[in-house]
Amino acid sequence: MAVESGRGMRSEDQMWQRESQGRKTRERAIKLLLAACAYVSVLTTFGIIFVLLFETIEFFREVSIVEFLTSTTWTAAFPGPTAQYGIWPLLSGTLLTTLIASVVALPVGLGAAIFLSEYAPSGLRRWLKPALEILAGVPTIVYGFFALTFVTPLLQDLIFGQSLFGFNALSPGLVMGVMIIPTVASVSEDSIYAVPRSLREGAYALGATKREVATKVVVPAALSGIVASFILGISRAVGETMIVAVAGGTLAQATFDPRQSIQTMASYIVQVASGETSRGSITYSSIFAIGTTLFVLTLILNIISYLFVRRFREAYE
Amino acid sequence: MSQSRTEVVRQSGPEPEGGAAFRSSIGARRGLDRVFTALLVVATLVGLVVLAILLLDVATKGIPQIDWSFIINFPSVIPENAGILPALVGTLWLLAITALVSMLLGVGAAIYLEEYAPDNWLTRLIDVNISNLAGVPSIVYGLLALGVFVQMLGGLTGGRSLLSGSLALSLLILPVIIIATREALRTIPETVREGGYALGATRWEVIRGHLLPMALPGALTGIILALSRAIGETAPLIVVGAAAYVSFTPDGPRDRFTAMPIIIFSWIRQSQPEYELLAAGGIVVLMAVLLMTNSVAIWLRNRYQRRV
Repeated sequence: MAVESGRGMRSEDQMWQRESQGRKTRERAIKLLLAACAYVSVLTTFGIIFVLLFETIEFFREVSIVEFLTSTTWTAAFPGPTAQYGIWPLLSGTLLTTLIASVVALPVGLGAAIFLSEYAPSGLRRWLKPALEILAGVPTIVYGFFALTFVTPLLQDLIFGQSLFGFNALSPGLVMGVMIIPTVASVSEDSIYAVPRSLREGAYALGATKREVATKVVVPAALSGIVASFILGISRAVGETMIVAVAGGTLAQATFDPRQSIQTMASYIVQVASGETSRGSITYSSIFAIGTTLFVLTLILNIISYLFVRRFREAYE
Repeated sequence: MSQSRTEVVRQSGPEPEGGAAFRSSIGARRGLDRVFTALLVVATLVGLVVLAILLLDVATKGIPQIDWSFIINFPSVIPENAGILPALVGTLWLLAITALVSMLLGVGAAIYLEEYAPDNWLTRLIDVNISNLAGVPSIVYGLLALGVFVQMLGGLTGGRSLLSGSLALSLLILPVIIIATREALRTIPETVREGGYALGATRWEVIRGHLLPMALPGALTGIILALSRAIGETAPLIVVGAAAYVSFTPDGPRDRFTAMPIIIFSWIRQSQPEYELLAAGGIVVLMAVLLMTNSVAIWLRNRYQRRV
């Protein structure tokens, strides 16, 4: 190359230049394409907000917000002059199943997290963790089937007899709790794992037993992460659809009796969507109004959980 | 360990009275410790026991239902003749389109965010947005698809079609795929990139030639797990308008469709006991499909871990 004449050098230089120009354009095009992929996620959020708001506004043209927030009757599945659109029955159904699921998932999930990180030998932990994760991978329709055809009859036979309705809040609530255990356990365990060893050793040096170290040192130190896992689990329960749609019934009533048939916000959307509803009807727009409520509720829970997670990350990582 | 430590403390206690009080308390504390450990073991086992019961229950009800005619028949009003063919084909279609769309978008977005994006407020916004989308209930994605893909773009997608359903599922699992791929990209040492640049490779050449081949096996584990979640999703498909009973198998992405979870749901809602067994049979087939995809994921992960 060095022996070549100046003329040859120049033409090779030009070739290099041309090629590099082509490469530059290609690089720019690829970068733009990849950026477009990343912006799809932003577009998704905008899409959700747009679709929900658009139909929700349609809904509130016909129903006053005051009625929506204060009326205790929800009969939107049967539209007519006497139909009432109060969200309380759906909200109380959602709260009830969420509460039952939380009673199962929060203590059990935290217990499993403490066991996995503080007690289980690493060999056992390597098996237990993925085994627990399977629970989160079972399709929710399968849990619904299990709640309806196994748990409800079992509860009727063992405890409640016929006072427990065939469709009720208790059975899907309990099953939902089991489904959420891995969510609570894995986020809790992350934060428990992040607690520095020196804190545990300091407590042992003062004569604390293993239980005292776990409950009085490790859990308080990991508290923000544990709270985050709880809120995340609750948010899952609020948005969970199929278990309640299958085993909870379709009776929207404002009750806190877990033996009764109920309807949650998400299972109402399923009930309407699996029937024939034409666009433009009040029933059609009502599922978007309920969807908006659901979206806002889970969004608030997720933001709170996110803030707590960030706090424990800042503390120890 | 803690036992021997407390032994030492006990012996060196200078005052007999304090020592006695301490001794009686250590017994109670150790008792509480045993109770606590037992509770933790129970907490860990609760989920696993329920999982075992669930699998056993579904298997005993469902496996006797499954024969060749169950696989190749269409749904029927006569339970003995009912089969899952259109649902199985529908689910495989959904899987294929969702895999294509979500991997292209997800891996693309992950590469941009990890390799190109400047560290500014816009990137951080996308970041927060993605983790937020991961927490949105699946039924809301169904409403999104109903409003956008079925109603607004119905002419393009074919309305309540396989394509609309697949797009809903793709957007639903997109956050998981982006996060999994970013984590895989992040584990690649900076020296690989610098070596590539030093040899005159452009950014894209480094990504295509080195980063993607290194990151994909790890990312694939997360991607396949996300896809298997998509297969089991019911709610968004119901909202998009998957049909409960169809008497044909779909020919293209713009056709109407049904899917495994949908047919299971419609069978569960029938009151006759024969349908309960049919639903269990459907669940066994669905779980078998999931088991296959998950085994691929685990196999990939093991292979990948051995190599590194």
